[in-house]
Amino acid sequence: MTNNEMPPALELHDVSVSYHKKPVLYGVDMALPAGSLAGLIGPNGAGKSTLIKAAMGLLPVHSGWVKFFGEPLEGVRKRVGYVPQREEVDWDFPVSVMDVVLMGRYGHLGWLRRPGKADRRVAEESLEKVGMLPFRDRQISNLSGGQQQRVFLARALAQDSDLYLMDEPFAGVDAATEKAIITLLKEWREKGKTILVVHHDLTTARDYYDRLVLLNMRVVASGPTADVFTMELLQKTYGGRLTILSDVAAEAQRAEDGVKI
Amino acid sequence: MMALCGLGVLGQAVGLNGRLAATEAVVTGGMLDLIPAFDWQKVVVAPWTVDIGLYGWMMLMAFLVTTACGLIGNYLLLRRLALVGDAISHSVLPGLVAGFLIFGSLGIGPMLVGAVLAGVLTTVLIELIHSHSRVKADAAIGITFCSLFALGVLLINVYAGQVHLDAECVLYGELSHVPWAEQVTVLGVSMPLPVLVMGVATGIVALLTGLFYKELLISSFDAGLAAAFGFRPRVIHYTLMAMLSLVVVAAFESVGAILVIAMLILPGATAQLLSTRLPVCFGLSVAHAALSSVLGVHLGLWLGCSLAAAVVVAGTGLFGLAWGVSLMGRRRVEIESGSA
Repeated sequence: MTNNEMPPALELHDVSVSYHKKPVLYGVDMALPAGSLAGLIGPNGAGKSTLIKAAMGLLPVHSGWVKFFGEPLEGVRKRVGYVPQREEVDWDFPVSVMDVVLMGRYGHLGWLRRPGKADRRVAEESLEKVGMLPFRDRQISNLSGGQQQRVFLARALAQDSDLYLMDEPFAGVDAATEKAIITLLKEWREKGKTILVVHHDLTTARDYYDRLVLLNMRVVASGPTADVFTMELLQKTYGGRLTILSDVAAEAQRAEDGVKI
Repeated sequence: MMALCGLGVLGQAVGLNGRLAATEAVVTGGMLDLIPAFDWQKVVVAPWTVDIGLYGWMMLMAFLVTTACGLIGNYLLLRRLALVGDAISHSVLPGLVAGFLIFGSLGIGPMLVGAVLAGVLTTVLIELIHSHSRVKADAAIGITFCSLFALGVLLINVYAGQVHLDAECVLYGELSHVPWAEQVTVLGVSMPLPVLVMGVATGIVALLTGLFYKELLISSFDAGLAAAFGFRPRVIHYTLMAMLSLVVVAAFESVGAILVIAMLILPGATAQLLSTRLPVCFGLSVAHAALSSVLGVHLGLWLGCSLAAAVVVAGTGLFGLAWGVSLMGRRRVEIESGSA
């Protein structure tokens, strides 16, 4: 980061979380400089979603603190966008695509105020951007997985936040949607927004993100992708399970040896 | 509302009692006739003409109860809380008794306070059991409401001498008693007190669901995002449960703890079969409420049975109809997409 005066977009210090007395995260320390597109990677059960939820205050935190742009969440809610996993909502819910995208405006509206013309315009523009405007009046159950994820993305766009925490936006989407999403995320970064994405696919992680956070109940490593995506650190994060991903391991090894692929 | 169901007697045998005058007139066809003869004049015309002063109040009361229940019920269904509605309708019973024992009266105030507290306590207990043990949510609901309902029955038995609660009436209610309840005059119109209470309760529900439409929508659809926006979905959840308790108590006297469950679920379930737009669902629920109330009162008059039960049966009929329509609609869609 060139500007050292600016507080990190997201900072966690000594954050510990447990579910039913079983620890899920301990002593998590990490900082995300503003303007980065970062991937949060780690094996299943590493606590990736938990970290995002704990940061958003959706789960009780045992110890530590979380700051957004140097402040507690309460003061900067409108600057922080949260995109939950697609499976976390009921897609049979009696609402249209437009209704869901309009929800992105609710944070700006606050209590009691209804979305107005300006909010509808923002929602329409957001739908246009993800190529879903023709579906605006569709009931949400009539959408494919990829389309559902685009609707969530349009909703995030309508939130107009400075920082986005996204929980597995690439899970179960088609290749075209995946490409559309990553293009959009890179566009957001160009505009100075900060994005932290829970990511599963090691083969694409290196291409997508400029920073990575390797997580397995605690932060194994966090930093620029070139420094963090190494054989040793991945091995440390995934343990024995990395051998299954031998292609990725080999690739990481080559990268370390300075071979361009 | 001095004592529930007026002259109720404790420990009465549980059963459906047709206390309407119509019963005796209709049974003249012979003891073996299982279905009473259909008297057009008595069943259809009279309630809207000479007897409107009686049946008008019953239909209005039934409509107010089903509307309030239907509006809340839509959210219960969307939040997968249909069984919590069931639980609360049972567990307000100890709340009523406790309200009476603490405040020493069966006025509407203590009853509502007791019931709302019991309703919220039920929700808290369910979550407490569910989140602090291996007991699953459905079992936690079962444990909570059975225990609280049993506690209520126990309290009634122990304090039978002091509490004039009619157990049968608490379970089934008696819609036909509504016109004979204590009368109050509001804006120059004399009306039975239960109708006024229910009217206020329904008004509050309609007002709150209208005002907080956006907040209820987002916290029902995506509680995580609602919390991230600072909408406090837990506060919204407990407020909804408190409103539910309020409606259940206001409706107690006329429909009872068991039939009110049907009214919580049927209008919303019917509406959500027919429409995939929430505002339309609310409109359809109110239409369902109006139709089932009117049809139910006529049906009850014809069969000489409990009017509240007849309203529920009419509502179930409408649900069946909606189900048929939605099945036909789906088949048409399949045929169309198949031929395309």
